[in-house]
Amino acid sequence: MLKYKIFAIFCTTFLTGNAVAENTILVQSTTSTKNSGLYDHILPLVKQETGVTVYVVAVGTGAAIKNAMNCDGDVLLVHSRKLEDQFVASGYSKKRYDVMYNDFIIVGPNDDPAGIAEMNDAVAALKKIAVTESRFTSRGDDSGTHGKERSLWKRTGVNQDASSGSWYLETGSGMGATLNTAVGTEAYTLSDRSSWEVHANKSDFKVMVEGDKRLFNPYGVMLIDPVRCPSVNSNGGKAFIDWLISKNGQQAIARFKVAGKQMFFPNAQ
Amino acid sequence: MSIYSDSFAAAFGLLATADSDLMEILYLSINVSLLSLALSCSIGLPIGAILAIRQFHGRDALVGIFNALMGLPPVVVGLLVYLHLSRSGPFGWLGLLYTPQAMVIAQMILITPIIIALSCQVLEDMHEGYKDFFDSLVVPKLAALVAYIVDARYSLMTVVLAGFGRAVSEVGAVIIVGGNIDHLTRVMTTAIALETSKGELELALALGFVLLSISLAVNFLAQWLKASAKRRAYV
Repeated sequence: MLKYKIFAIFCTTFLTGNAVAENTILVQSTTSTKNSGLYDHILPLVKQETGVTVYVVAVGTGAAIKNAMNCDGDVLLVHSRKLEDQFVASGYSKKRYDVMYNDFIIVGPNDDPAGIAEMNDAVAALKKIAVTESRFTSRGDDSGTHGKERSLWKRTGVNQDASSGSWYLETGSGMGATLNTAVGTEAYTLSDRSSWEVHANKSDFKVMVEGDKRLFNPYGVMLIDPVRCPSVNSNGGKAFIDWLISKNGQQAIARFKVAGKQMFFPNAQ
Repeated sequence: MSIYSDSFAAAFGLLATADSDLMEILYLSINVSLLSLALSCSIGLPIGAILAIRQFHGRDALVGIFNALMGLPPVVVGLLVYLHLSRSGPFGWLGLLYTPQAMVIAQMILITPIIIALSCQVLEDMHEGYKDFFDSLVVPKLAALVAYIVDARYSLMTVVLAGFGRAVSEVGAVIIVGGNIDHLTRVMTTAIALETSKGELELALALGFVLLSISLAVNFLAQWLKASAKRRAYV
């Protein structure tokens, strides 16, 4: 009897609850948008106004793009302009849409061993970190933030990889885990603004560098090409993207606040 | 340290108020783990029994392989299952990636070798002890096996508990194939990983306490079953 019951449970679990139900889409996205709580804020509105139920897988931008290239998802929402343009150019999506932006910041411990507090030149600040050999934690995971960090190091002319394991620490993890490591080892790190604001384990850490134009952090959204990936729910995906870049969607993004501060600034064309 | 008391209080609060998000996550965790355990046992126990009492060419090598597979790294299993269930993989047409079913498959692969290897060892020990005796009485192999299983039932229960423990506590596999999607594939371990990544260390630890208490409850239940069965046996 028990055997049949188990078999019945097995069958019902296997035959129902399929993620690709009608009017359901899967978004491959970044930890920064997810952990900030943005999706918790906008997804009920999406459901209400378009009828689409959105599920979000939050990984680094690099991983999200790879998953999307494997057709595991319907929509891609990430923050690495270069990789996004490559994604479109290689035919995985017809078009990239601007959605919103915020900025990156360099955070660090209050005693500030590199003396970079209140600088607004990110490249010069990184140079000082390298010269003083102050600890710096890097995402090291091909995420959008990691890409930005590497491009900034490139401008400093410092070969930070040569110091990997001494003062330059690559965590190979998400933003939150990297912030935890930074706090635990009194290291500087580059973070997107929203991940930092919502991160609870801040210890005595402060924003050290902000306001550099090169710290611009734009987010783009793309429908995965249904010709390339026939499993894509293109109606649902289009409805979600159209809503995001509509007046309603853009206002909803602007209304999202953490501790009274606006986290993302809409910039759809 | 106050982190323990704070987390413990938070865990108690979550359980006492039957926090709806927590209940959903807890339900899915237990569901996925029990289902994969049941499937693994239905595959693993018979294989373990055959390996224990049958001698055939390559048997020792097989036992060695299953013993080694007990140490399968969850992330590797997760990765392999991801590659097979991905839309671009051989079983992509099933549409199973990022579903609880995918998590069950991954956990089955993780715990079936544990069930096989441990049950094989338990039954082999029985077989070595009783083989000559049963042979002298010309007891059929199947009847002997039934006797072994009945006699070793408590050891086999520990085998099953070991499988459950592995299933309910691993995070590496389910976070890759499940995706840790809210209200769909989030389980206790992936929720703990998420809260840790948000720096909500107290809440993460509180969830850890909840998971630990589930494990304790399951094991106490097993202990109690054993004790009450033994009491009845001696009446």
